[in-house]
Amino acid sequence: MIHLEGLTKRYKKAERNAVDGISFDVRAGEFFALLGPNGAGKTTTISILTTTLSPTSGAATIDGHDIVREASAVRRIVGIIFQRPSLDMNLTAEENVRFHAILYGLYPYAPSYGLMPVAYREQVQGLASLLGIASEIQKPVRTFSGGMRRKLEIVRSLMHRPKVLFLDEPTAGLDVPSRRTLWDYLRTIRRESGTTVFLTTHYLEEAEEADTICIIDEGKIVSFGTPERIKSDLVQEYVLVDAEDRPRLREELARLELRSDGDGPFRVHVDSRHTHAALRAIDTPLTLVRTHMPSLEDAYLEIVGKVSE
Amino acid sequence: MSEVSAVLTLAHRDLIKLLRDRARIVSDFAFPLIFIGILGTSLQSGFGPTSNINLLHFVFTGVLAQTIWQSTALGVISLLMDREQDFSQEIFVSPISRYSIIFGKILGESLVAFPQFIAILAFGIILGVPFTLEKIVALIPAALIIAVYGGAFGVLVLSRLDNQRQANQIFPFVMLPQFFLAGIFNPIQNLPWFLDILSKIAPMRYAVDLMRDVYYAGGPSVPIFDLPTNLAIISAEFAVFMVLGTAGFVRAERNR
Repeated sequence: MIHLEGLTKRYKKAERNAVDGISFDVRAGEFFALLGPNGAGKTTTISILTTTLSPTSGAATIDGHDIVREASAVRRIVGIIFQRPSLDMNLTAEENVRFHAILYGLYPYAPSYGLMPVAYREQVQGLASLLGIASEIQKPVRTFSGGMRRKLEIVRSLMHRPKVLFLDEPTAGLDVPSRRTLWDYLRTIRRESGTTVFLTTHYLEEAEEADTICIIDEGKIVSFGTPERIKSDLVQEYVLVDAEDRPRLREELARLELRSDGDGPFRVHVDSRHTHAALRAIDTPLTLVRTHMPSLEDAYLEIVGKVSE
Repeated sequence: MSEVSAVLTLAHRDLIKLLRDRARIVSDFAFPLIFIGILGTSLQSGFGPTSNINLLHFVFTGVLAQTIWQSTALGVISLLMDREQDFSQEIFVSPISRYSIIFGKILGESLVAFPQFIAILAFGIILGVPFTLEKIVALIPAALIIAVYGGAFGVLVLSRLDNQRQANQIFPFVMLPQFFLAGIFNPIQNLPWFLDILSKIAPMRYAVDLMRDVYYAGGPSVPIFDLPTNLAIISAEFAVFMVLGTAGFVRAERNR
């Protein structure tokens, strides 16, 4: 669905590339998370993919459309939730949605809500109730809370049924309950429409739900894969074992061809699925068994820490 | 068809913004009324008797053109403010053509200028500026041309600026000299050669002169160029401003 090849962006007067030759693919229907610390190049990447910024070099396509040469075709099939809200405060919630729908060519222009086609009104009401803002839809956006504004932006971005929904740090500035409900809604939307979701975040727990995570730092890909793979690749998963008779245990671990290090307690490098079998194979009476299963947060901190060192 | 809808939508948004912003309505109407009511009236009562034209009428026609022209020019430049409020992100990621965005903005700001045109006209009538119905009808297309011309000038300026702060800083230099170079309140017939060159560069001059062509048609020879000449210059400049401005604006948006 999304294909990047050597995508690079250097801003005018910048000394280094904001995005530095990144390449990856996102499958249709996938939940993809671009994770990285502030200034890693996440927003730049999204801006290029959504055609509001030209790449310096490299190429990218969305659903087969080149983002530079076929920008208009790309814009038609993507929806975006910007990092900073992009609602017009002078308008009501519904006017914001209506103007979006008309700009996307979904309905012809009509000067008021009442004059818009029934299909439009049903679609707005349907999405607004899905996100729980149906009763406020005719009110000025100015009166909305941060959470409601985000929900309204989601309603708006879904009006043209995008194939890919880009979300640039969508929960920034939201309180915990709003953040949680937002995720629930996104899950529902994804399940019901099969939309590909491309998310940027620096919150790990948000990325942990993704099908694929791409971690970038200083414009470069640091790690790529499923959350499990990133964990296993980057943070060691091991079982810490110890025994009264350490030499015997060491010898036994070697005989069983279990990779281990330490002089006791020993770190045995097995992944969680094979821990049980490994432990059963050991005859030496153990005095300590402790599994070490890092969270993605550990992995992330380790990666980002490593890079900045 | 969808491009037409998009243009109408952008224009509609501008009109809503005007109607919901009371402070702006007041300030939009206050300045022309001060210029005409105080400056125009006092010039006429002081110098009018020794001059061979009515100075109130002179200032009135100048301010009418200037207000419309400047209103659309400044309005188009407000796209910069949109960019800062991140609303233009929403416009710029939509699949409509960049030209539609600019056209929608110019149309919207022309609609916004129209109530000002009506208000100033009404004020002129109250002050006793003579009008016939035919003259009022003839002023409407002139006002429209001036509005669109101002919008094109706005696009050109917009394409050279990065943010609203820059716009606020540069505006006194772009607008204020034009007030005098365009001859809104002052004569520009016999300027020294260097001011004459500057005056002929100032786009607002042709807007003002066009308005006077229409208002003084068949009367005193106040306008400098005749109607076809002004129209030709305005059309040519409109085309140049639009092409350079839109191209520059779109490029500036994407190549940061």
